[in-house]
Amino acid sequence: MSQPTTQPETPLPETEVKPPFRRWISASGPLNPFIPPLFITFILLAGNFSFGILESYTRTLLAIGTSITAEMVLGRIFFHKWLHPASSYITGISVGILLRSPAFWPYALCSLISITSKYALRFRGRHLWNPSNFGICAMLFLASQSVASLSIQWGNNFASLIVIWMLGSVILWRARRVHITLVYVASFIALSFLRAHITGDPWQSEIAPITGPMYQLFIFFMITDPRTTVRSRAGQCIVAVAVALLEFFLRLDSSIYAPLYALFWVGPFALLIEMWIHSRRNGITGLEEIPGRKAVSA
Amino acid sequence: MKKAFIARILVLIFFIGLLCVPWMARHFSVAKKTAPSADAQAALARYGFALQEVSHAAGIGFVHQAPALDPKLNGIMPEVASMGASVSIVDYNRDGWPDIYVTNSAVGSKNHLYRNNRDGTFTDVAEQMGVADVNRSGTGVSMGAVWGDYDNDGYEDLFLIKWGRPELFHNDQGHGFTRVTDQAGLPPWINANTAVWFDYDGDGRLDLFVGGYYPEDVNLWHLRNTRMMPDSFEYAKNGGRKYLFHNLGNGRFEEVSQKTGIDSRRWALAAAAADLRGTGHPDLFIANDYGVSELYLNDGGHFHEAGKETGVGFAPKSGMNVSFGDIFNTGRFSIYVSNISEEGVLIQGNNLWVPEATPALKYRNLARDLGVELGGWSFGAQFGDLNNDGNVDLYLVNGYISLDRQRSYWYDFTKVAGGNSSIIGDAANWPAFNGRSLSGYQQKRVWLNDGAGKFVDVAQAVGATDTYDGRSIALADLWNTGALDVVVANQRGPFLLYKNTVAAYNNWIEFSLEGTRSNRSAIGAQIILYWDGKEQLQQVSGGNGFASQNDRRVHFGLGKNPHIEKAVIHWPSGTVQTLSNLAPDRLYTVKEPL
Repeated sequence: MSQPTTQPETPLPETEVKPPFRRWISASGPLNPFIPPLFITFILLAGNFSFGILESYTRTLLAIGTSITAEMVLGRIFFHKWLHPASSYITGISVGILLRSPAFWPYALCSLISITSKYALRFRGRHLWNPSNFGICAMLFLASQSVASLSIQWGNNFASLIVIWMLGSVILWRARRVHITLVYVASFIALSFLRAHITGDPWQSEIAPITGPMYQLFIFFMITDPRTTVRSRAGQCIVAVAVALLEFFLRLDSSIYAPLYALFWVGPFALLIEMWIHSRRNGITGLEEIPGRKAVSA
Repeated sequence: MKKAFIARILVLIFFIGLLCVPWMARHFSVAKKTAPSADAQAALARYGFALQEVSHAAGIGFVHQAPALDPKLNGIMPEVASMGASVSIVDYNRDGWPDIYVTNSAVGSKNHLYRNNRDGTFTDVAEQMGVADVNRSGTGVSMGAVWGDYDNDGYEDLFLIKWGRPELFHNDQGHGFTRVTDQAGLPPWINANTAVWFDYDGDGRLDLFVGGYYPEDVNLWHLRNTRMMPDSFEYAKNGGRKYLFHNLGNGRFEEVSQKTGIDSRRWALAAAAADLRGTGHPDLFIANDYGVSELYLNDGGHFHEAGKETGVGFAPKSGMNVSFGDIFNTGRFSIYVSNISEEGVLIQGNNLWVPEATPALKYRNLARDLGVELGGWSFGAQFGDLNNDGNVDLYLVNGYISLDRQRSYWYDFTKVAGGNSSIIGDAANWPAFNGRSLSGYQQKRVWLNDGAGKFVDVAQAVGATDTYDGRSIALADLWNTGALDVVVANQRGPFLLYKNTVAAYNNWIEFSLEGTRSNRSAIGAQIILYWDGKEQLQQVSGGNGFASQNDRRVHFGLGKNPHIEKAVIHWPSGTVQTLSNLAPDRLYTVKEPL
């Protein structure tokens, strides 16, 4: 008989001594769908209590309520089930934060357009645009007399951004998407210096946008949206660079909402390419949806 | 399968319909809220008044010159030197005819005091009166002027608002002005854009509020460094300090802002005072650039800031104007604060703070509901009954920087304005203007109050067709005709004098007040006029709008065939005086009863 193998003085395997947070970070399963909504809610509340970023609570609640209601109704019609509200909640809250208008109707309309775009603009069974990106771009194109997008709110200090970055990075790390954000940020900064060289403007002015609050939602929620990003890690990085590159050219053309517009064009295009590549590899005729995506989107 | 297909088609149709909504909203709102262009006769027939620009005929050919600041700011000079044109109304010689004072802002340029010749023309007497050469090198330049009889000798004295050394001029019986700045004990340098005369403690002597914009240790002509910009576009608190100068009665003033509870380093651009709660004490409203507005409620010589609790200090915008107007004829003032609106870029919307019917003072922003929300890059605004129909209208001037029409600075503005404080706060980080415009060449707004809760823009129809960079506006019955004429000071542009012709069928009444126990200018006195079952509140102002001051005489439009019941005057001293047997179309001179 051998001696019992249990030896109290023997250290436990590393995985077992991890504290809960580290266990959560290193886990490989799907991200709890409530985490991103909680995070974006935190951004909203912190921003509003510290700086009053919202036009009003009622407008934001209108955006959220409209978004969830639209998702519920359309999901019931098309999928015959009540969909998890996490995705539509994030869409609504993104609209509530990113859109600025003294009127109420743009918030409801933007949310409706965002959610409806998921059902109206589908290709091979899937939607191509990030919903809130589509909705806000549509409003900026079509209702410029009534709306603008957040670009100058939430103060201009680092403290709030650091908090967002810390929490956002942790969540993205857990969702295995932090590389998208990092590649985009690195590309943006590199291209900022190139833009400064071309335009002759101070490099600080070219870097300035990414130090502002609008970009944090863009960086953490829009370009990382699992539903509307390509599957492969390399592909995601290429898309992030492509978004930054198109933004670079749009900025040279003085486009104020360059990042939103860049994602608007690059995101669907990248998905179509991926579907095409996937169909060729698998010998499928035409473009096909990539299986296996499950997460929340803005 | 077929069901799903039908559902998809329906959702697609619904989606396309949603995309059409903004177009429909725009189409209908533009059609409803803007009156078409028309000639003067048509305007007179349709709206009851018409404006005609007569500055040259009146002998006024003034063109404002902007300051040229430290060369380190050359790249963004149009932005940092974008203010200074101002106009205020004063009857400096007590002849019963309003005169006009306009400021200039280039070093070495002259301000002008236009004496009313009573025949439709004006003569510049600033040089001979000693209030022209006030922009000398090393002393800063003018940003505005407010008038008040601080020594109660019957003649309005001049406080000159400057980026530089503030100046107080004593009016010597209308024959000239004596500089008394040093005796008054004013600080050596303030970078201010607003000041208000008001008697905050009710002692019968006018006190003076001055709101700093740039910090007072910044000399804009000799910068130590370029870190003098706001550290945030909407939450900046690194601006100039606020001053409240208590009038000691011997020609001297004591600075008491801290002592009285006024403590702020927000970037003040406009301020005005009025008793908003009926306490008998004038409250102070400050519109701040790069942040929220502040409302200092006067608890009897001591203030507490109540912006948030009253609802006016929550959403940060770019406040540039404070005007009071009884827009619903309810005997209470609404407050108009101008901000920035640029299509597709920044829609702050102007604020019209309307008091709610609650015991505690609380305001709701009804600018959108009433149709006075979008006015471009808005600056000065004034309430006044332009057509004498019994409802106060609203005249707004706007336009920030009109240079190259084809090229805009907006992109560069937004990219820096949204950046970190270390970037936005340093002028060296801002891209150069290079001749570009920023919300330039904008059409003015003349919002006609229909008395039923809507304002309609009739600017183009009634003749307010200029597109200069408007800053300051004042209203006065310049020719004693019973009509409110409009004077506008434009940045780097000509001074405009719009003569107002009002349809004869509408009547009016005016009051010229003189305090005895109260300050002699009667600043702060409120008049409630009761006629035809209506009531309207107006007051004598010690400075309002943007860097401006209306005529001290109070003008009411009355509509057709009015029956005037009474006028009740609430003097700053607390005296309440009731006037009856009043007839329309007359100016009443009223002395406060002892």
